[in-house]
Amino acid sequence: MAEQAAKPSSQKEPIKASELDPKWKYELQKLHGAEGLMRCFQCGTCTSDCPVARFTDNYRPRTLIHMAQLGLKDRVLKSDTLWLCSACFTCTDRCPQDVEVASVIRVFRNQAAESGCVPQVFRDQAQSLIETGYAFKIPELRLKKRESQGLPPLPKGNPESVRKVLKGVKFFEPKQEPIPNEQQ
Amino acid sequence: MNSNRYLIFLGCSTPYRVSSYEISSRKVLAKLGVELVEMPEFNCCGLPFDPVSHETMLILAAKNLALAEKEGLNILTLCPGCAGTLRKVNRILKEDKTQRDMVNSHLKEADLEFKGTVETKHLLQLLKEDVGIEKIKASVTNPLTALKVAEHNGCHLLRPKEYFDFDDPEDPETLNALIEATGATCLDYIDETECCGAPSVGVSDKVALQLARDKLNHIKMVDAQALITVCPFCHIMYDTNELRIEKTFNEVYGIPIIHYPQLLGLAMGLTPEELAFGDLRVNPQKVINLAQGAHINHE
Repeated sequence: MAEQAAKPSSQKEPIKASELDPKWKYELQKLHGAEGLMRCFQCGTCTSDCPVARFTDNYRPRTLIHMAQLGLKDRVLKSDTLWLCSACFTCTDRCPQDVEVASVIRVFRNQAAESGCVPQVFRDQAQSLIETGYAFKIPELRLKKRESQGLPPLPKGNPESVRKVLKGVKFFEPKQEPIPNEQQ
Repeated sequence: MNSNRYLIFLGCSTPYRVSSYEISSRKVLAKLGVELVEMPEFNCCGLPFDPVSHETMLILAAKNLALAEKEGLNILTLCPGCAGTLRKVNRILKEDKTQRDMVNSHLKEADLEFKGTVETKHLLQLLKEDVGIEKIKASVTNPLTALKVAEHNGCHLLRPKEYFDFDDPEDPETLNALIEATGATCLDYIDETECCGAPSVGVSDKVALQLARDKLNHIKMVDAQALITVCPFCHIMYDTNELRIEKTFNEVYGIPIIHYPQLLGLAMGLTPEELAFGDLRVNPQKVINLAQGAHINHE
């Protein structure tokens, strides 16, 4: 019972046949990284070896894969637990079925992000990227300090050319509300 | 290509928060005769954007590779994330024409083209394959025989194993051998290859801190005098958060987190000042004392 209570809302509600998208799994299989989705036979190696799953009852890679196989598209893409994966690739390396679990999770995240469902931290990095070319805004003081530390100047980030090459990439179009940090 | 001359790709996190890693790496590599050439420009390797847009990751990594191709030099990175991304994308684009054409149509906007003519190595791989353990041993003038330390490799240095063939992700040996080359003892501990938690910061700090705490507990269990890292993110995760973890979970560690090139630098006789030990948050004085104490005995 305690286990059930700990499950996130995306897995608690009874499943209605009307919310299933039976074609989603076939769409996913055509995407780079998710080709192996249907090879998963639910052995649970990914979840049992997942370092994040040891410290939260909310994140279960096997469950997410199963939900996708069933066609629970909205539940997967709107699940905030999707973003807990630390991309350590242990599941990918140990999966006996070569599902490339971490890459399938990444495909879920990409689809969620396209629909505007993404934690704030990724938006901040995107903002920094298009402004500076780097993933973080490196303070001017830090750049100046390099000289006194005997370091050569940091090569320029050339944000103009970053903006040019990212023209037409979906994620850099206007977005909806972010998912808050679990602690906030 | 000359294996003693590399284009150094700094990535974003090292210059942003961990200059001690860059300073000590440059000092040690100069002593080992590795020549570093600065990139004329670079941008984020692409890794932080893979979760939100795989396409963005491919384009950013390919842009950096195309810039390096123009210089005609292989790439050295200090960050395992950068190395993993550049290696992975290089291979994907060389093998998959559809993806390569997609990426090149974007790069054309900046007059660049990915051709697939350069390779990327992380610092650890360069030290193992191009410099060699024997040469590193020969560079040691002050063996750190009084030190017992633990290692932390960092996931993206070893996984997914498909893209990193220089070590075994389940039982890695390279960092261990490099540590022992300095004269220090490298201790084994439980779940040595497990993630530090850094990628979960910002999504769930609670989970991230618990991951790091678990590792620190296992390191403390074997009485390691320091933890040796080769990744800017892992270093930030432990060094910046150790105090916070101690306070949050009522633990006591006091384990200094040291970059491998800092350790090697001490063994080469460089001073703690030259190796930017002053930048570390967890006081490394006891490690310095043990290192220098060994030096006095040695003389």
